[in-house]
Amino acid sequence: MATLKVPIVAEDHAQGPENAEVTLVEYGDYECPHCGRAYPIVQRVQKHFGKRLRLIFRNFPLGEMHPHAVAAAETAEFAGAHGKFWEMHDLLFENQESLGEPLFLELATTLKLSPTAMQKALEERTYEARVRADFSGGVRSGVNGTPTFFINGHRHDSSFDFETLVSAIDGAMRKEKSA
Amino acid sequence: MAKTNTASSAHAHEKVAPIHGGILPAGAKAPDFTLHVTPDQTLSLSDLRGRPVVLAFYPADWSPVCGDQMALYNEVLPEFQKFNAEVLGVSVDGPWCHAAFAENRHLHFPLLADFEPKGAVARKYGAYRTNDGVTERALFVIDKNGVIAWSYCSPIAVNPGADGILQALEDLPK
Repeated sequence: MATLKVPIVAEDHAQGPENAEVTLVEYGDYECPHCGRAYPIVQRVQKHFGKRLRLIFRNFPLGEMHPHAVAAAETAEFAGAHGKFWEMHDLLFENQESLGEPLFLELATTLKLSPTAMQKALEERTYEARVRADFSGGVRSGVNGTPTFFINGHRHDSSFDFETLVSAIDGAMRKEKSA
Repeated sequence: MAKTNTASSAHAHEKVAPIHGGILPAGAKAPDFTLHVTPDQTLSLSDLRGRPVVLAFYPADWSPVCGDQMALYNEVLPEFQKFNAEVLGVSVDGPWCHAAFAENRHLHFPLLADFEPKGAVARKYGAYRTNDGVTERALFVIDKNGVIAWSYCSPIAVNPGADGILQALEDLPK
């Protein structure tokens, strides 16, 4: 069973308490339709578990298949460097069909970030290393497509529909209790 | 879950037990083969002697998943190239099917057609599913001397990812 090789660190993008019973890591690609489908499901899962769950998002752009995926990831990292990661993450998934620099700059404005600074960051590939590091760490951990989920460090190999995810997370919580 | 097998202590001539699906284990010599890589050209495993080879058998082109196994290896190619490894994908699809699939997915590594006789090379590797008429999802890392250093057979519905391959490449003697 594939396990997460890169531990959670302070620089990771997290929603939920650090000491949550279960940590759900998602490796995702903003241009991937499966990740787009997973986006509202993950939000439902978060609502369901509340403080018992921490969500971490890491980049796994399939750059060869999805022409805007890498730039979208760098856009989200730029927003993250200015305290607006999750807002940008959400907006990107909500606007999957129009990904591209015009959208990224528009979203920067929406989030009260400087479009000029964002454009510069994208041109200079300021966040390329961060995205690449996420990707390499994901490959080493056995990420085999997008989205790939890890529940308390173990790769989730079944469906990411709401019931299956909840059931798997419940299972991990039971294991935690009996540990 | 299928087990992996490494050659760290096995010698190539020792008898090594077959594993899940009967695929060739680490320590076995990798059977040579010659397959079409394009409709007009063939490629032989022995052409690649001197560098590590990642041989990835997979059931079929065109599965409706954006991060399918071949697309994933395409994204991971720079990591494999750090080890000077050549990646070869093999399925029973014909060379024209492969050509279209490779173009659609922008693949930067060869796909080999184990098409005629159907699955003959997969059979040599213990990686042919006689009931389905496709190959197993079987991975082999072959060292520069043509010996299998690592092999793994994934359940047919699970994309095995690249972590096992990368670990095996790292474990190869320098």
